Amino acid sequence: MIVVDYGRGNLFSLKQALLHVGGAPKISSDPADLATADKIVFPGVGAFGDAMEGLRAAGLVGPLKDAIARGTPLLGICVGCQLLLSLGEEFETHQGLDVIPGRVALLPRGNDPQRSDRIPNVGWRRIRVNAADPILGTLDAEDYVYFVHSFAPYADPDFVAAWLDYNGQEVPVAVRRESVLGVQFHPEKSGDAGLRLLEAFRKL
Amino acid sequence: MHPIRLISRLDIKGPNVIKGIHLEGLRVVGKPGDLARAYYKDGIDEILYMDTVASLYGRSSIFGVIEETARDVFVPITIGGGIRTVDDFKQALRCGADKVAVNTAAVKRPEFIRETAAAFGSQCVVLSIEAKRHAPGQWEALCDNGRETTGKDVLAWVQEAVSLGAGEIILTSVDMEGTKKGFDMDLITRVRELVEVPVIACGGAGKAEHISAAFLNGNVDAVACASMFHYKLATVSELKSSLHDSGVPVRLS
Repeated sequence: MIVVDYGRGNLFSLKQALLHVGGAPKISSDPADLATADKIVFPGVGAFGDAMEGLRAAGLVGPLKDAIARGTPLLGICVGCQLLLSLGEEFETHQGLDVIPGRVALLPRGNDPQRSDRIPNVGWRRIRVNAADPILGTLDAEDYVYFVHSFAPYADPDFVAAWLDYNGQEVPVAVRRESVLGVQFHPEKSGDAGLRLLEAFRKL
Repeated sequence: MHPIRLISRLDIKGPNVIKGIHLEGLRVVGKPGDLARAYYKDGIDEILYMDTVASLYGRSSIFGVIEETARDVFVPITIGGGIRTVDDFKQALRCGADKVAVNTAAVKRPEFIRETAAAFGSQCVVLSIEAKRHAPGQWEALCDNGRETTGKDVLAWVQEAVSLGAGEIILTSVDMEGTKKGFDMDLITRVRELVEVPVIACGGAGKAEHISAAFLNGNVDAVACASMFHYKLATVSELKSSLHDSGVPVRLS
């Protein structure tokens, strides 16, 4: 299992969480490792454009797309999830990996400055998942997962796998296309619920 | 309504967790890793480490503590105290911290907030404010763990910091800190009205009612507790079930 390192993410915690669920993660920025990986975890923090730039600078755009085309199971986390989409609209419009059609856009604003959900969205939230999804299906309705973000992956509806109720709107927070899953929240920071999800990915 | 985040604040001095009153009169309450793990197992939502001596001596020794904790504590970890450079940030994040709280360095050079937000994202940059009340509706921001005055007005500073890119505010009342008599509600309410980013109330929590008030009346996103847990006034799970019973949404695990 390869954890993609392109200088944008809290890799230590992610690695510890994967070890904790019995995985053998290797943190790597080597395109050759992506070619032979049996699973790929694709993390990321920060801004969409900057993260995409980091990925390009590391020479990983092609190798990542190749691995996805081969059907290697991939778990994108936070900005790693966002980069799977076609476009990002943070600061200005940026091209993404375009693995999943859609765009990354700001969360919906509410109209009550005191009581509306605020941006950024920071904290533990319950989400609604596609229960048929082999990974997301491990989450119960009672579970909370941890978010820290201002932008969300608005994939085409066919590819949305989980939703968060935010300021009265159903906002996509996970995307799925074949063996690729992207989650906007942080499973490595979501206590037991997150560990369960990572374990399901590890066992694929 | 989203659940309130319950944060355990661990003030670090060398290898120990300490606790004082009004940020003074410190005593040792345990080892950071042991306490963090115990609170995690009992359902804490987040861990906040504050290095209390790093600013004084210039160099932080807290990175090892973070790394040890991040091995088996899978909730967000914030570190503050003595973070002065972009490299300090980088090192903190590499050791497993998710967010970094800045106070002194940002007060001395507010551009530090902009630089770190640009490099790591606003979600990483937490402004830590130590507020000392001077008059009704007027607070001064202190730094170096309450030891130094800055002349900065808290309400102006919080807005400036958010405009520079701070993604969250840890708001500590120096007056209420360690007293277990409740939060400075006036302070919380005023700051909450001024900024959109999450506000964490800190300093004064002694019972569940204090936290309910901060959430229901002060509209804060999170509270940080130290004495309550360190002195076992309530365990994390006991506190959460009291909050739940009084109508405050919490994450029950």
